[in-house]
Amino acid sequence: MVWKFSDGRPVYVQIMEHIQTAVLTGIFPPGSKIPSVRELAADAKVNPNTMQHALQELEQSMLLITQGTLGRFVTQDSAVIDAARNKLLHNLTQECIKKYAALGISPEQAANLLLECGKREA
Amino acid sequence: MDIVLQTSNLSKNYSGIRALNNLNIALPSGKIIGLLGPNGSGKTTLIKLIAGLLTPTEGSIEVCGVPVGPETKSMISYLPDRVYFNQSQTVEQLLNYFQDFYADFDRQRAVSMLSMLRIPMNVKFKTLSKGAREKVQLALVMSRRAKLYLLDEPIAGVDPAARDFILHTIVTNYDPTATVLISTHLIADVEPVLDEFLFINMGQIICLGSVDDMRDKTGKTLDELFREVFKCLPSL
Repeated sequence: MVWKFSDGRPVYVQIMEHIQTAVLTGIFPPGSKIPSVRELAADAKVNPNTMQHALQELEQSMLLITQGTLGRFVTQDSAVIDAARNKLLHNLTQECIKKYAALGISPEQAANLLLECGKREA
Repeated sequence: MDIVLQTSNLSKNYSGIRALNNLNIALPSGKIIGLLGPNGSGKTTLIKLIAGLLTPTEGSIEVCGVPVGPETKSMISYLPDRVYFNQSQTVEQLLNYFQDFYADFDRQRAVSMLSMLRIPMNVKFKTLSKGAREKVQLALVMSRRAKLYLLDEPIAGVDPAARDFILHTIVTNYDPTATVLISTHLIADVEPVLDEFLFINMGQIICLGSVDDMRDKTGKTLDELFREVFKCLPSL
């Protein structure tokens, strides 16, 4: 997995997003076991304490479930996964809107640009 | 959470010049802490005092509740900012030296690190490149099972890939009962690894705390905050 921590938000928040994305893109499919804190921390080159914090937050949001000593698993509850997907898309869209607004582009104009670009790609 | 390091009213003068001024810090166990400050701010002086290589002008230092002295040497694994090895020894001989000297030295760990870094065992230390020498020193220091690791500029002289490996080593070596104090200028490189940070300037702590709390509050990376706090150039 490629981990990148670029901006000034807390690292644990950025780790949470990475793991959410990994779940939504199928790197960690629903019901699968995720690697241990140490393995993930080593892979991401972050502090294990920070990784632990991120995983605990993801457990609170029900995306991850701890099964006793077996380890941590991705939830199989599709409602939770859909909610995570919606939230991620929402954040992405908001970020885009902000960037367009800074250039004086309204959401309507941005939508048209998206459609045009999409057509050209296809 | 236990306190690994405690300094009380710690000051150090060098022939009248105050290098550290009345430092009171307490570092908990299980943390990776960045000691960050501009050149000449007192980072190396603080580390040398903790390692017992300098004596305080005033105040005291305790490591795991024990005043700094012969006994604390066994609890501290120290990476100095310069080489102190006998440079005509081979890497293998240096390993033997560490094994003789430190009861907590894990030779297997050092051997595996050195092989991952592709450092031959049978060559003399002085024939290695500057970066390779630093890697050997760090591998030896991190192969001890100490309570407190003092790393003075551990990544300054090595290439980015080796830097990644060194940070990986620090992270995977993590022990909840030990604390790692890293002094460096390369903040962006170490930032994801740090739990906490200490900004030091002119011998005084000017700012300390949890890296994630700071990011949460300011929306800045540690690197950005450092550049702001220690700014030398006027902004546009």
